[in-house]
Amino acid sequence: MSDITRIGVIRDINGPIVTVDLPGVRSGEQVKIGELGLFGEVISLRGREAVVQTYESTDGVRPGEPAQGLGWPLSVELGPGLMGGIFDGVQRPLEKIALQSGDYIRRGMAVPALERAREWDFEPNRELTLGGTVGPGSILGTVQETQTIQHKIMVPPNVEGELLEIAPAGAYDIESTIARVRDARGISHRLSMYQRWPVRKPRPYRQRDDGVSPLITGQRVIDTFFPQLKGGKGAVPGPFGAGKTVVQQQVARWSNADIVVYVGCGERGNELVDVLETFPELDDPYTGRKLMERTLLVANTSNMPVVAREASIYVGITMAEYYRDMGYDVVMLADSTSRWAEALREVSGRLGQMPVEEGYPAYLASRLAAVYERAGRVETFSAGSGSVTLIGAVSPPGGDFSEPVTSHTKDIIETFWALSKELADARHYPSIDWVTSFSKHVQTAAEWWHKEIDPDWEKRRTDALALLARDAELSRIVNLVGPEALSDAQRWELEGAALVKEGVLQQSALDEIDTFCSPQKQYALVDLAITIYKRGAALIKLGVPVAELQQLPLMTKMRRLKSMYSSEQLEQIHAFRAEVDHAMEAVRVEYAKQA
Amino acid sequence: MSIKEYRTAVEARGGLLVVKDTPGIAFGDRVQIKDHLGHTRNGQVIRSADNEVLILVYEGTDDLDLESTWVRFLDEPVEIALSPEILGREFNGLGVPRDGRPPVLSSIRRPVSGAAINPAARTYPREFIQTGISTIDGLNSLVRGQKLPIFSGSGLPHNRLAAQIGRQAKLVDQDSSFSVVFAAMGVSYADAKFFRDEFASSGVLRNVVMFINLADDPPVERLTLPRTALTAAEYLAYDLDRHVLVILTDMTNYAEALREVATAKGDVPARKGYPGYLYSDLAEIYERCGRIHERHGSITMMPVVSMPSDDITHPIPDLTGYITEGQIVLSRELHNQGIYPPVHISPSLSRLMKDGIGKDDTREDHPRVAAQIYALYARAQETRNLASIIGADELSERDRRYLAFADAFDQRFVGQGEAEDRSIEATLNLAWELMSMFPRDMLTRMKETDLAKYYRDSD
Repeated sequence: MSDITRIGVIRDINGPIVTVDLPGVRSGEQVKIGELGLFGEVISLRGREAVVQTYESTDGVRPGEPAQGLGWPLSVELGPGLMGGIFDGVQRPLEKIALQSGDYIRRGMAVPALERAREWDFEPNRELTLGGTVGPGSILGTVQETQTIQHKIMVPPNVEGELLEIAPAGAYDIESTIARVRDARGISHRLSMYQRWPVRKPRPYRQRDDGVSPLITGQRVIDTFFPQLKGGKGAVPGPFGAGKTVVQQQVARWSNADIVVYVGCGERGNELVDVLETFPELDDPYTGRKLMERTLLVANTSNMPVVAREASIYVGITMAEYYRDMGYDVVMLADSTSRWAEALREVSGRLGQMPVEEGYPAYLASRLAAVYERAGRVETFSAGSGSVTLIGAVSPPGGDFSEPVTSHTKDIIETFWALSKELADARHYPSIDWVTSFSKHVQTAAEWWHKEIDPDWEKRRTDALALLARDAELSRIVNLVGPEALSDAQRWELEGAALVKEGVLQQSALDEIDTFCSPQKQYALVDLAITIYKRGAALIKLGVPVAELQQLPLMTKMRRLKSMYSSEQLEQIHAFRAEVDHAMEAVRVEYAKQA
Repeated sequence: MSIKEYRTAVEARGGLLVVKDTPGIAFGDRVQIKDHLGHTRNGQVIRSADNEVLILVYEGTDDLDLESTWVRFLDEPVEIALSPEILGREFNGLGVPRDGRPPVLSSIRRPVSGAAINPAARTYPREFIQTGISTIDGLNSLVRGQKLPIFSGSGLPHNRLAAQIGRQAKLVDQDSSFSVVFAAMGVSYADAKFFRDEFASSGVLRNVVMFINLADDPPVERLTLPRTALTAAEYLAYDLDRHVLVILTDMTNYAEALREVATAKGDVPARKGYPGYLYSDLAEIYERCGRIHERHGSITMMPVVSMPSDDITHPIPDLTGYITEGQIVLSRELHNQGIYPPVHISPSLSRLMKDGIGKDDTREDHPRVAAQIYALYARAQETRNLASIIGADELSERDRRYLAFADAFDQRFVGQGEAEDRSIEATLNLAWELMSMFPRDMLTRMKETDLAKYYRDSD
C-alpha cells in the first residue's frame, strides 16, 4: 500500500459509523477520525465518500473535522513481549493505558502493543550462513520470552532472499536491526524482532495437516466423552448461567497446549479480572510455571466499543497463528462468538443493510466459517508442526440452539459441547449435555488413548454412554408410572447411570483436587463405575435384591472418589477396585448362603 | 465553538426532531428546545451530518410545531452537577430536582454517558455482603461490586425485596452501611411512594439519592435516567469513597423506551422489535458497576427486571442475564403459596459467590452447603413432579423424605419475614437443620469434617 496519507473531511456521524469525504482511500484502510484522533476502518466506499467504523465512541465529533487515511489495514504487532499481556480489541496494551489514562479508557490513545524500550536477549540461529537463502518463517534466532516460552524470531511472510547480515548474540530492543535480507529484485530489507500483520488475512503456512493427538483438558466429560483435537474447532453453546465461562476458563487453565489466547469478546469485566488475578497465581500442571507465562488476553468487555469487539476475534487469532508459526500448539478461546456476531449485526444495521435472520446480515455464515477455518494443525515453514485450536462460546438468546449463530456454528465445528440449563439448575457441572453434544474426533482420540492409557478406553466410553442412554429411556417411564414399575435390573441400570453422572461426569472447578483430572485418573474412574455396575448386574441376575446393593458403602465412596484422591494418588484409586471386588464377593457369598 | 440557535426544524416524530442547515454540531451534544409557548425541553444530538442533525427530545415531541420551535445547541455533553449535597435528594432523569428544593450547585460536572472502565484497572469483587435474606446469602451470595438482578413478574414483591435489601445490606464484621442510589424508570406513583416511605421510615434517607421517572413522565427521559444515576453513583463511590448499592427499577421499562425511540429512528429490529444494539446498550449501564484498584468505594447493582408474561427467555431478561453476574428469580408459584420472598432457587445463581464465601469470609462449610442444598432441592423437585402424577402415597420412603424436605425448605428457609434480618450464621445453621432430615451418607457433597461438626442426629 502507498505511504502517502490522505486528508479528508467528516460528513456524517451516526454512532460508531462515520462517513468521510476521502477520495482514494482503500477499503479496509485505517482512518484517523477528527481532532480526537479516533481510529477506525473503512468498510465501504461510494464515490468520493468512505464509510468508516470507529473503534471508539464518537461523542463530541463534528462534521467538518478532518479525517486521515493511514495507508494500511488493521494490523497487529507480533514479537516478543506479547505473552502475559492484556490487550484491547485493537491490540492496545490495557495495562499501559491504565498507567497513562487512569481507571477509565480515554479516547484517541495510540499506544503500541509492544514495549519499545525493553531489551531482549537475542540468540542467533547458528545454522544460518551469510549469503544463504532465507524465506518466510525462517528462524533468525530465539528470545526467551518467558520461562516457558521460547520466542522464535522469524522472517516475515512477505520477505525472501539472501541473508546479508545477522546480529550477534546480545540484548536488543525490538526496533533494532537484527538481520538484513536482499530479495530477488535487489532490494534490501531490514528486519527487526517484530513484524506487522493485517488481522483479517490468515498467516501462511507450508501445508495443512490432520489433527493427531487430543487436547487434554483435564475435564472428564470433555476428554473422555467429547474429545477435542489439537488443531480442532469447537463450540460451547449454552444459555446464561449454564457455565460457559467456567468451561472456557477450565480449558484455559488445564489444557496441555503450549499457549493460550483468551479473547473476552463482549463479556463481563469482572470475569476477565478473575482470569487476570488468578492466572498469575496458578501453576501450569505441565510445566509447574505460572499460567500467565503462557497466556495472552484480549479484552473487549461488553461496554467497550462494539466495533473493536468485531475486531477482537481477528486480533486474537492472528496472534495465535503467529505462535503456531513457531511450532507451538495454541488454544484460542473466544468468549463469546455471539457477541462478535451481534457486533456484525449492529454495524450492518447502522449501514441499513438488508437483514436476513433475526436482523443478522446475510454474510454471517460465511464470516463465521472463515474465522473458524483459521484453526487447524499445519506444517509451518521451518518450525515443524504447529496448531491453533479454536473454541468459541456461543450465547444463544433464550438458550434456543436453533437461532442463527448457533446453527451456523454447528455446521462448521467438529466438537459441540452443548450446555444444558436443566443440568446447571441441578448444579450438575460441567453442564455439558451428553445427549446433544458430539465430537467428530472420537476415532482419532481413541488411537491416542489406546496407546497411551488403556486399550479398553473406547469400550468403556461406549458402555458409559449406553448406560446414560438407558437412563434417559427408563427415566421417562419412571416419570409416568413411578419407580415401582421397574424391575430390579432396570433400577440397577438407573443406579449405574447415577454413578457415571455423579462419580465421573460431574466435576467441580472449585474443588482443589478434582478441578484437574489426568487421563489415567479419568480412565480409572470410568472403569470403576462401569465395573461396579457390571458386577452388580451379575449379582442381580443371581437374584440379589437391588436394595441390598444400593446400601453398600462403596456406592457413596464411588461418588466421592474423584475428590478424595488426586491424579497423583492413582494407587489409592486402584486400591478401591480391590474393595469393590471384596464387597461384591461378600454379597454373593452371603446370598449364596441364604439360597 | 459556541452556543448556536436555529429555527430550522423540518421534522418531528416519536421523540425525534430533525433540524436543517446546522453545520458542525458535535455528536452527542446537549440541546435545548423552546416550543411555541416558550417552555424549554432538553435533548441530545444522536446523529450529526453536514447539513442536518437528529435530536432526541427527552420530554418528547408532543405539541411541538416546526415553525416556532427554537433549537439551541449548547456545545457541551449531557452532564449533571455533583456534590455531597445530592444525598437525600430526589431528581428526574436529567438531574433536575423533583423535591421542590433548589438545584445542586457545584463546580463538579460530569457527562452522564460515562466511559468504559479499563479491565486492567478493575479488582475482582470478593467481599461478602450480608443481605439478611437466606436464599441470597446462603445460596446466591452477593459480593461488593457485583451486578445481581432480580427477575420478577408483574404483581410479584420485587420492590419489597429490593427495599429490604437496601435496608439490610451490610458487610460482615463491619459497621459501614451502604449509600443507595435509587433509579426508578416508568414506575407507578404508588411504587415511588413506597420506596420513599420505606427509606424515610427506616432512617436511611440521608444516605439515599433518588432518580425518578414516573409512568406518566416522558418515556424518552428513561434512556438517560440510569446513566445519570450511575454518574452520581460513580461520584459517591470513587470521589467520596462510599460503598454504593444501585437499585434500578424497572429495566423492562427502560428497554421499552429504547425500542420506542429505535423504531422511530427506523433501526433494523432484531428480536421482538428491540434493536440489535440492546445488548451493548444494556451493557453500557450494567458494566458501570464494579471495584477499581486502590479506590475505597465500590458500586454494587441490583436491577429489577420484570419478565413480560414471566418469560425468562424474553430479550430483556435474557440479555440482562448474559451481562450480569447471576440472577435472583422470583416465582409466582411460591408467591401464591404466601411465601415471602418468593425466590425460586433453581434458576437463581450468583457467579461471583465462589470467592466471597468460605473459611475466611463466611464459614468453611458454606460452599458445600450451597451445593448440597441445590442437589437435594433439584431431586426434591423431580419427586414433586412425580408425586403430582402418581400420588404421594405411591412414593418410596426415600422419596417421601425428599417431599418433606422440599416443603420444609420452602416454608422455613425461603420464607422469612419482611423485617427479618438473618445473619449468615443463622442461615447456614438453618440449612443444616433441614439437611439433617436426610441420613448422613446421602449428603455426598459434604466433607466428613462438616458432617462431624454440623450434622444433627435425629433422636
